[in-house]
Amino acid sequence: MALKTKMTERLKKIIVCNVDKCNGCQICEFVCSFTKEKVFNSRKSRIFVVRIEPFLNLALTCKKCDDPPCVRACPTEAVQRLSDETIKIDEEKCIGCGWCVEACEFGVMRLNLETGIAFVCDYCRDIGEPQCVKYCPKDALRYITIEQAARELSKKAVKSIVQELLSACITTI
Amino acid sequence: MKGYAGKYLLVNLTSRKIVSKMLDEGMAVNFIGGYGFGARTLYDYVPAGVEPFSPDNVLAFWTGPLAGTIAPVSSKYAVFARSPLTGFFGFGISSGGFAFELKCAQWDGIIFTGRSDSPTYLFIDDENVELRDASHLWGRTTWETEQMIREELGDDTVRVAAIGPAGERLVRIGNITNDRNRQVGRTGMGAVMGSKNLKAVAVRGTRDVEVADPDGLMKFSMELNERLQGPKTEKYRVYGTPANILIHNKLGCLPSYNFQRGTFEYAEEVSGERMLKTHVRKIIACTNCAIACDHVNEVREGPYAGTVASMDYESLNMLGPCCGVRDLNAITKAVEICDTLGVDTISAGVIIAWAMECYEKGILSSEEVDGLDLRFGNSEAMLEALKKLCLREGKLGNLLAEGVKRASEIVGRGSEKFAIHCKGLEWGAYSMRSLKTSTLGFAVSIRGADYLRSGSYQVDVRGEVDRLKLDYSRGKIVCDGENLYAIIDSLIICKFARGIFSSVDELAKLYTLTTGIEMTGKQLLLAGERIHNLAKCFNIRHGASRKDDYPPPRAFEEEMPDDVVRGAKITREEYDEALNGYYDARGWTREGIPTAEKLLQLGLEKEAEEIAKYQVSHELKLTGAK
Repeated sequence: MALKTKMTERLKKIIVCNVDKCNGCQICEFVCSFTKEKVFNSRKSRIFVVRIEPFLNLALTCKKCDDPPCVRACPTEAVQRLSDETIKIDEEKCIGCGWCVEACEFGVMRLNLETGIAFVCDYCRDIGEPQCVKYCPKDALRYITIEQAARELSKKAVKSIVQELLSACITTI
Repeated sequence: MKGYAGKYLLVNLTSRKIVSKMLDEGMAVNFIGGYGFGARTLYDYVPAGVEPFSPDNVLAFWTGPLAGTIAPVSSKYAVFARSPLTGFFGFGISSGGFAFELKCAQWDGIIFTGRSDSPTYLFIDDENVELRDASHLWGRTTWETEQMIREELGDDTVRVAAIGPAGERLVRIGNITNDRNRQVGRTGMGAVMGSKNLKAVAVRGTRDVEVADPDGLMKFSMELNERLQGPKTEKYRVYGTPANILIHNKLGCLPSYNFQRGTFEYAEEVSGERMLKTHVRKIIACTNCAIACDHVNEVREGPYAGTVASMDYESLNMLGPCCGVRDLNAITKAVEICDTLGVDTISAGVIIAWAMECYEKGILSSEEVDGLDLRFGNSEAMLEALKKLCLREGKLGNLLAEGVKRASEIVGRGSEKFAIHCKGLEWGAYSMRSLKTSTLGFAVSIRGADYLRSGSYQVDVRGEVDRLKLDYSRGKIVCDGENLYAIIDSLIICKFARGIFSSVDELAKLYTLTTGIEMTGKQLLLAGERIHNLAKCFNIRHGASRKDDYPPPRAFEEEMPDDVVRGAKITREEYDEALNGYYDARGWTREGIPTAEKLLQLGLEKEAEEIAKYQVSHELKLTGAK
């Protein structure tokens, strides 16, 4: 039984960012703050672009962890995990202590700077499709399972090996 | 009035007094933002006689109404001052994330006046604004300064616009850098900042940016973002602007060897295509840009291994072929030196190319160039000269730091003839004699030799006109281009996106969705004309006339030696005819001075009154001359 649960979890869909394609444009942040709060303010986004100079750019959001640390850390049970594995914040219960923020391994749980209430990506559950993924201009963001992401990486690796082999053959000829 | 923050900062660096001012709605509607606000500021704050490095010069930072919103390619700001290179209208535009952050802090702009008595930087933390000590930052590179300010403020999301040691030392081509790779490059705005002892502006903005029609703007912006993935921006996305190297080389309009030639025998080696294979490590985007053009190079081998710098066509050509240099490693190193020490790559390349020609012709002796073997193509000497320029080191450094116009006047001996500039601003990477509409656009530009005020090179490069001829009709092409670009620079959006808009009405639509102010394309273009005329009035006040709107002697006196454009040069007659066409299209006198009638038509009443005085004095001078 336990085994079955784990397998389902590995097949859950999450937002995956391709580090080669992500260029740090932050459009996902704008789209998110607009979708969730109807304002343009990247500090209210649930997805975060991390730029480490000079080359590294990557957007990060909730990873739908098994046994989420944010849920465990919350002293008031304001941070809850729903059956679709997304996290929901009960704003009535949240006291703004920030323990969920400290607990999150990826730093994607935040406190709203104005209200002090915790917020996190809910995968646009009311719309049915994460809007950041929909509008990422470079298709760096994908809403897929980890399995699928892995398969695509394998394909890419094989392609580049084949290409190298082919060009080596051509050079030899 | 949404989109705009509705207020700006007035910072007196002498008294350290900081005041918040309201943005007037009339100003917003008539002058849009960016370039328009800058034109208003320079005209209102800098009377005749104020020297560029005087505390009385201003340094103004302005965003446009779109910055901070989801409108595509809109995170841009511009900096304005009377230019220490030209003595005329100085400004440069930069992108990255600085403008977006400033708008989130709810400021449309900042006007600095006066001079601090010790190094300082301004920290804007939403509504809390303070001048902080910058003694420990003085002498630091732009990259170090950004890093150190973020560390001391304990927040790596703070955006920093800083000058390098060059700006501190009043190197006249000093620039301002933000987000590591983005610069307010041209006309020496960094030097003016240095003259004010202002090392940096740091911003943290956390507030919402409100727009008039959020749903409408979102929908239209996403549609535009999709267009930005299409053919109109492909060049920028794939090879970046360095794709121009081979295109221009084929047309014979790639300036090489200080504009003596229009082709480069090693063009292939410095091409965008080659660079993508051997040097580009990552392509990054400015905030809110769906194009992503910034090609970040990494040098992988040789003496400059480990060098990382962002490369565009202008930097590549001016520090490469224009100096006869074909080593991409060295060119990348040169850009790194310019970016970290804080000078404009275009001007730097032209100045060094001039020094190389002087040296080869025996005009500058070995002693005058500090013993460097400053021949064309010697990349090591180019890099040494560049460092000296940036730091004002030695005889050579102090000479070159003055810019090519002043340096050639100091040296004399005929070197003025091949100092490639207009009004004191060094020419960009478009040959003068084989792209003649382009040349007219460069030369009449209010900020000196400049491809970005009208984009008039496009009709030449695309073959829409005979690029080897000039005639009266070219004036109108330049004039229309200037009015359109004045709008793009006022909104402010990135010019790389210009091809995706079906008409100016779409720009007006962006403006209205954002601000809630009704606007048509026609009204916008009228605002563009108004803005450009106001900027011109500033130049007239500071002594500009027809004589300032000519390209340098090389354009007229020497024939191009390259096969593809052999013999090309500009005749005085054809140039004069085209210049007349431009002034007529503008509704200015043939002396290049806006008429009272034109200014009144644009609603510039007090300007009309002032400019009328200059009109009279010019007429007197002309009569006197006869």
